[in-house]
Amino acid sequence: MKFIENFFQKYRNDFEEGGKNYKWRTFYETFFTFAFTPDITTTKGSHIRDSIDLKRTMFFVVIALIPATLFGMWNLGYQHHLAVDGVDDLNIWGNFWIGFLQSMPMILVAYIVGLGIEFLFAMKHHHGIHEGFLVSGLLIPLIMPVNTPLWMVAVATAFAVIIGKEVFGGTGMNIVNIAITARAFLFFAYPTMMSGNKVWIDLAGKAPVDGYTGETALGLAVQGGAEAVNNAGMTLMSSFWGNIPGSIGETSTVAILIGALILIYTGIASWKIMLSGIVGGALMGMIFNWLGPQYFPDNLYLQVDWFHHLVLGGFMFGIVFMATDPVTASQTEKGKWIYGFFIGLLAILIRTVNPAYPEGMMMAILFMNIMAPLIDHYVVQGNIKKRMKRLKPVKA
Amino acid sequence: MSNAISIKQGLDIKLKGSAEKINGSVAQSNVYAVKPSDFIGLTPKLSVRQGDEVLAGASLFYDKTNPDIFFPSPVSGEVVEIKRGAKRKILEVKILADKEIRYVDYGAADAASMSREEVINKLVKSGMWSLIRQRPFSIIPDYRSMPKAIHISAFDSHPLAPDMDYVLSGQEALFQKGIDIISKLSDDVNLNINGKTGHSKAYESTNGVKINRFVGPHPAGNVGVQVNKLDPINKGESIWYLYPQDVINIGRFFESGKVDLRKKVALTGSEVKNPQYFDIVVGASIESIVSNNVSSDNVRYISGNALTGSKVELDSFVGYYDNQITILPEGNYLDFLLTDGWFGLGLNKLSVSKSYFSWLMPNKEYTLTTKLNGELRAFVVTGEMEKVFPFDIYPMQLLKAIMIDDIDSMEQLGIYEVDAEDFALCEFVNTSKIDVQHIVREGMESLRVELL
Repeated sequence: MKFIENFFQKYRNDFEEGGKNYKWRTFYETFFTFAFTPDITTTKGSHIRDSIDLKRTMFFVVIALIPATLFGMWNLGYQHHLAVDGVDDLNIWGNFWIGFLQSMPMILVAYIVGLGIEFLFAMKHHHGIHEGFLVSGLLIPLIMPVNTPLWMVAVATAFAVIIGKEVFGGTGMNIVNIAITARAFLFFAYPTMMSGNKVWIDLAGKAPVDGYTGETALGLAVQGGAEAVNNAGMTLMSSFWGNIPGSIGETSTVAILIGALILIYTGIASWKIMLSGIVGGALMGMIFNWLGPQYFPDNLYLQVDWFHHLVLGGFMFGIVFMATDPVTASQTEKGKWIYGFFIGLLAILIRTVNPAYPEGMMMAILFMNIMAPLIDHYVVQGNIKKRMKRLKPVKA
Repeated sequence: MSNAISIKQGLDIKLKGSAEKINGSVAQSNVYAVKPSDFIGLTPKLSVRQGDEVLAGASLFYDKTNPDIFFPSPVSGEVVEIKRGAKRKILEVKILADKEIRYVDYGAADAASMSREEVINKLVKSGMWSLIRQRPFSIIPDYRSMPKAIHISAFDSHPLAPDMDYVLSGQEALFQKGIDIISKLSDDVNLNINGKTGHSKAYESTNGVKINRFVGPHPAGNVGVQVNKLDPINKGESIWYLYPQDVINIGRFFESGKVDLRKKVALTGSEVKNPQYFDIVVGASIESIVSNNVSSDNVRYISGNALTGSKVELDSFVGYYDNQITILPEGNYLDFLLTDGWFGLGLNKLSVSKSYFSWLMPNKEYTLTTKLNGELRAFVVTGEMEKVFPFDIYPMQLLKAIMIDDIDSMEQLGIYEVDAEDFALCEFVNTSKIDVQHIVREGMESLRVELL
């Protein structure tokens, strides 16, 4: 690897301040620090530092996303066959290849547009780009329907990076999750492309077989409750494994849980948010299971089993990969319990009782992103009050 | 006091190169120095000029704002150099030591028959007062004030820290004498010992103090943590603290009447050929201790430990309060991403997170370099500091309050209960590579100036 090192070292001075290529420093620094952990040593405070940095952190989130991504690609192919040929084809490579070709352009567009904008902003400050978008760039396509046109992916990504992040000061400064911002933008700007029964499966121009609807489980649940979901073959088990229609990465609870284990074990994402989110969602589901048949017999959605709710739609994906974004989540440990709990609770609440759209995860996370500083404020005030109380007997 | 207080949050960093419990022979240091920068918040005024002859115990410089507080020369000899830095800041006052050290005779005394004022007077008049420090701020306390308590931490939990049991051995009587003197200063003198079985045995028999036991990983040995667990410091309060070797030196001073600042330092770190202990006089040169005992050229000399010590050069001197020298390899080289960088397995990379596979070897001793292991980033990752910060304080929120210089919030969030060294582990684990200790120190200084 010496020759790469020599290559970088040879041109190093050109990109330093005052060097002839200083204005391109962003590119140099980004690729240089990508290839090598730089030779920066500690100058103040502790002389030794933990080996982790933001690159490693983000790298592990990407690793944790890989099972969901690969499964999502396979499922696209599987759903394609199911819709076009009516065959239940579990072939691994064939399905995966179809899904890969369908989703890879979206992933590439999200990365190219997002990183391009990040480069432009980083050039203003002459520093390398920060790592946050490595994760956002993969999350954005994974939470979109496969039929989203590429230009929409591009516009949504640009909106999310510029308005969601850079105007606030870049990585670590945003108020709401970047990937959710991208999805919310499309959801409100092009609602027909983000829900309904036409967008989840790429038919590739072919006619679907008779009786095929293309509805997601949540769409069916709105119309016919648990019965409709189960009749369409989206039983608890298949929703858990994930061979159902949905956004690219969100369908397989198994794949998402593998990612969750990686994130929890490495200590990168908060298990408190995940656990309390699931508890919150389950609790809301149970309450509706109990109240629904008695008081709202018309709303069949309320009667979908609470445990079935947890494996449908974007619930698991949201709670594992989006709610745990440390920048937009609660920053206090106590706050994380409250924050996660309400995301789960609100997601099921919005899902079942609003008349317009069948999923609530995106709204729940957006809302709690905005509430997170308030939660932290009260948690911290609690600590301050404790300190004030201690002071009183001294004064008396 | 049989129940130990258990500290749960924290981290013992296992490094290579802990000192063997033998006393190395040290080439007598020729030049000694006292560095005003060792004393936080001090504006020094010189009492000597270059070329002056001083006796051990005579004033080298004093505190401009409180001229009674002076800093004694550890040896007798000629003031050979007053090293100054930018803006003529005094960096080092160097003394070429006599072969035979001559002392100012302050007269031996028996604390038992003395009042509090007499003891304080004797300590201040001899410069020995400089061994006592206070929290908050880690400054030398005002001798006219009354502390809430005095705390002595009888163990050091920093990486590669000297074994305070070994340091005490053979000097138990002097330590007890020192304690008897300290007890005159406050009714509430606490000796905080390591509650793990087999540790701090010699300290348990100390009389006239309250003994508190602490069990747990670093920073359990930090006096700030101990005070916080026992009785946190509120606004307007202060505690005084000392380390065992300072207590011994105070005991020796009352016995002989001489300012004889001896101590045992541990020479540690992966780059030391034979890590062991050395008996020195305070202010000895690094070179005299380290000579021919370093295995490489590209190293960093640290007076103190790897977490909180200060970087020194080979021709510099041991810090006034330090009892350890650490030598670590400099990390000024590149790590390729696949082999040692952020993409690799990282079997040699210590991390609190389990993102490097070094977690497979929990008992491994590491050779850590001074590499930052990343680049400066915005505060992104949350929850990591809380794992190593055993205070009922929100570390990230306090740091942010300091960064925006919000004094009210700093007070509310508990800045009086902490010191920079208590944040050392937060700095170690921080993913964004923020200089946490520096920020805390700045915050404390701005508060201290505000309060004056």
